[in-house]
Amino acid sequence: MTLIDLANPTRFLTLTARLMPWLAGLTAMLLVIGLYQSAMAPDDYQQGATVKIMFIHVPNAWLSMFVWGVMSLAALGTLVWRHPLADVAAKAAAPIGAAFTFLALVTGSLWGRPMWGTYWEWDARLTSVLILFLMYLGLIALWRAVEDPSRAARAAAILTLVGAINLPIIKFSVDWWNTLHQPASVIRMGGPALDRAFLIPLLVMAVAFSLLFVTLHLAAMRNEILRRRVRSLQMMQAGQRSA
Amino acid sequence: MNTMSLGPYASFIVTCYLLVTAVVAILIAWIALDYRRQKQLLRDLDAAGVVRRSGRNAADIR
Repeated sequence: MTLIDLANPTRFLTLTARLMPWLAGLTAMLLVIGLYQSAMAPDDYQQGATVKIMFIHVPNAWLSMFVWGVMSLAALGTLVWRHPLADVAAKAAAPIGAAFTFLALVTGSLWGRPMWGTYWEWDARLTSVLILFLMYLGLIALWRAVEDPSRAARAAAILTLVGAINLPIIKFSVDWWNTLHQPASVIRMGGPALDRAFLIPLLVMAVAFSLLFVTLHLAAMRNEILRRRVRSLQMMQAGQRSA
Repeated sequence: MNTMSLGPYASFIVTCYLLVTAVVAILIAWIALDYRRQKQLLRDLDAAGVVRRSGRNAADIR
């Protein structure tokens, strides 16, 4: 099945109905394994047991950027290829991305208090992620403010692509500026700096959260397709009444 | 998770895990309720005799 085949919403709904139970089951299984491994992971020699916050903070932080990346691809799909499901994908992803970004900020703040002695510091990493969160909220507000989905889609696509400039700023903020936030310790030149006892639970949790996003995104896309179907049928009904 | 082994910052760790659980649960519930609402609206349209351009019933979720 190609992207062109998935351009048909009816075909997409059929595929989603088949995939979702498997994805949900796999996500739940990996979350249980990841949580067990996180609970059993040893304390860090410097951070003690607070290292357990890493297993939920880092996947949420990764996804906060990944979801914006998905929305940026969808924005290209809307503006360049005019794929019928591109703006459905972008609109459905925004609240999920906002939730992951909120969790990354709050869990990071709760990790920062015992480790740095403060809940918040206006350093480049924290500030750029806060800007990402505000951009998610702006995008959700834009989708809600414009009634016609196709007009909203174009405006949202442009805003999404402009906002994508923030992604490399977030990623490299810890290298470009002197920040309180630590530099990258997993995706970096020379391989991960983490011990296997921490790296494996972290990767399992990252895959579990990524699958959670895919499952929720497909479900939210299905809802958005149905919402548009409801809207067009209601307009048809209103037209029949006025005729 | 054994909170006895979480050290002096157990409240921070437990709060993080509870918060993530709560937000993910809210997200799942919101999407599930939205699905039910859209299906109900399609059933109402179906009952009102509105038919899709393809000729299928409004409530036919395919």
